[in-house]
Amino acid sequence: MYRSHVLVCGGTGCTSSGSQQIMVKLRDELGNQGLSEEVSVVQTGCHGLCALGPIMIIYPDATFYAMVKEEDIPEIVSEHLLKGRPVERLLYNETVTPNGIKALSDTDFYKKQHRIALRNCGVINPEEIEEYIGTGGYQALGKVLTEMTPDDVIQTLLDSGLRGRGGAGFPTGMKWKLAKQNDADQKYVCCNADEGDPGAFMDRSVLEGDPHALLEAMTIAGYAIGASQGFIYVRAEYPIAVDRLKIAIAQAREMELLGDDIFGTGFSFDIDLRLGAGAFVCGEETALMVSIEGNRGEPRPRPPFPAQKGLFGKPTILNNVETYANIPQIILNGPEWFASMGTEKSKGTKVFALGGKIHNTGLVEVPMGTTLREIIEEIGGGIPNGKKFKAAQTGGPSGGCIPTEHYDIPIDYDNLLSIGSMMGSGGLIVMDETDCMVDIAKFFLEFTVEESCGKCTPCRIGTKRMLEILDKVTKGQAKPEDIDRLEELCYYVKANSACGLGQTAPNPVLSTLKYFRDEYDAHIYDKKCPAGVCKALLSYYIDADKCKGCTLCARNCPANAITGSVKNLHVIDPEKCIKCGVCMEKCKFGAVYKK
Amino acid sequence: MKTLEELKAIREKMQSQVSMRGEDHARTRILVGMATCGIASGARPVLNKLSDLVQENHMTDRFSVTQTGCIGLCQYEPIVEVLEPGKEKVTYIKMTAEKAEEVYKEHLIGGHVVQNYTLSSADIK
Repeated sequence: MYRSHVLVCGGTGCTSSGSQQIMVKLRDELGNQGLSEEVSVVQTGCHGLCALGPIMIIYPDATFYAMVKEEDIPEIVSEHLLKGRPVERLLYNETVTPNGIKALSDTDFYKKQHRIALRNCGVINPEEIEEYIGTGGYQALGKVLTEMTPDDVIQTLLDSGLRGRGGAGFPTGMKWKLAKQNDADQKYVCCNADEGDPGAFMDRSVLEGDPHALLEAMTIAGYAIGASQGFIYVRAEYPIAVDRLKIAIAQAREMELLGDDIFGTGFSFDIDLRLGAGAFVCGEETALMVSIEGNRGEPRPRPPFPAQKGLFGKPTILNNVETYANIPQIILNGPEWFASMGTEKSKGTKVFALGGKIHNTGLVEVPMGTTLREIIEEIGGGIPNGKKFKAAQTGGPSGGCIPTEHYDIPIDYDNLLSIGSMMGSGGLIVMDETDCMVDIAKFFLEFTVEESCGKCTPCRIGTKRMLEILDKVTKGQAKPEDIDRLEELCYYVKANSACGLGQTAPNPVLSTLKYFRDEYDAHIYDKKCPAGVCKALLSYYIDADKCKGCTLCARNCPANAITGSVKNLHVIDPEKCIKCGVCMEKCKFGAVYKK
Repeated sequence: MKTLEELKAIREKMQSQVSMRGEDHARTRILVGMATCGIASGARPVLNKLSDLVQENHMTDRFSVTQTGCIGLCQYEPIVEVLEPGKEKVTYIKMTAEKAEEVYKEHLIGGHVVQNYTLSSADIK
């Protein structure tokens, strides 16, 4: 029995900032100071504040250490774990107040969050099934198998209002109901863990931090639709998630929570992993199933929908990781509890991965209907370096940009669609005044061009042509009629592509055209990039009043484009300048500017 | 595992451990002085005893046991403070593991302060 638990984040973010070494050092140091019997070190999943990793939380006092280094460990052990004096200089600075140490749940980052899907992430050791059971794990499965009929389960989900968290927001209960109605000798339950949107890592965190929640929910789904086999399609680029899923499946089989005759009820279910080889299109449901079958991951037309003919031609349901993670809690707490959160048509909470120009890069879970302003300003800690908010990008390559005028819109599925973006899986990239919206649109389109599977012509060729036009815009070579052509192509690709990838690929272009037309115009008519991003359209200059003639810029210029002598004005030769920006970075007097 | 009872048994065994990892402002805080003076006079067995008792009896959702620094009464160490929300702080002095067990049963569970061990009963001049 341990008197204190030290939780160290073992998610991908903190692992890459060195949390594994921290754990080794911590165990050593506890041994050295004779505390191994009193203090336990627990590796957990993601806490959300990835920007501050490696993260360490000490219980029972819930003290939060941020950016822990190996050399800090002896002090934390001798001062805090032995003598009970938190090492203030290493604490998360938000928790340090003149009146003592503030509770973590009172900090701006955590105060407005409500964790359902992430409830165990950062709390339990994902590699120990007992810890999951200790927080109520597998209780929902027990309840479903012994007290509920499959129809009860489906009705509960319908009543809860849960919608798919993968992006499109299809009602989960409805999906299950359709699959149940179709009789077949075999049905399948699949999980889409092929999270591929740039900047999105919600599913990874659930897989890494709470894998058993997924296994439990899939087993419940198997019972509800009458399936005995499940598949998790997870991308191979998530090695930690894959390892933990393997461990979790082995433990669940060992405890007979997967396998034959679960809880002695006669119901049997098992789950296998399938690794994706890194194709974005495999996140599309039909392509994903084709890939599980062992074929090249390409979409096929719907209908037939997976609920009728899915994996191996059998009725199949496919849900996203975050969707599944909500289900055991809905079963245990009742559909009314879940439906009490959120907006009229979007119930419950949503996990967002905050990235881009924001202080608290990381993972947050908030009730549906929270405004963009609350997420960015309050939870996210605002935009660094005193810059102004320009737009937020949601939904990855399928979504769009939300401008300042919609800063206070309550975020849910329908509101986002109405302003030309989409929920997507929950990536939220914040942009400030130094981001060029044409460049952003180009970035996402480069991604879709790269990831288009090539099966249908509108997507394969249409996106490529769109990218070429955008490239001309950023180089100042576009003509006004190119924009009309671009818009026309957008609608054509949207209407005629075979699958979701192509149908949504034009969204980043359409939404930036809608809200930031002036930036496109500036590139085309004035040959200027207002944000100063597009290299072809800007030049560097030296302000004659500010230049002290220190020669630093000239000495650092890799192209020898700057001339001038000591204490005399320096000048940049636009012919030689490669626009690398080194002079601007090096100048101590702020004399170099670009326009 | 073939029955819900087995699942329940694992849950109960683990619950006290896992529920330590929460922040509940309504919990009663039990602070054990673990500065140099406290450790020297035997605070560690007291701390461990209290922590074990709370966990063994599945009381982590009601009590949290943590260390604290020196409160300036070094001659009375080991000192244990009990802070129940909405009540006055109770300070126990010269604790041992045995006395701690008594305090756990009588005060924390039973609700009766063990007057003999408190600071206010000591003759401080």
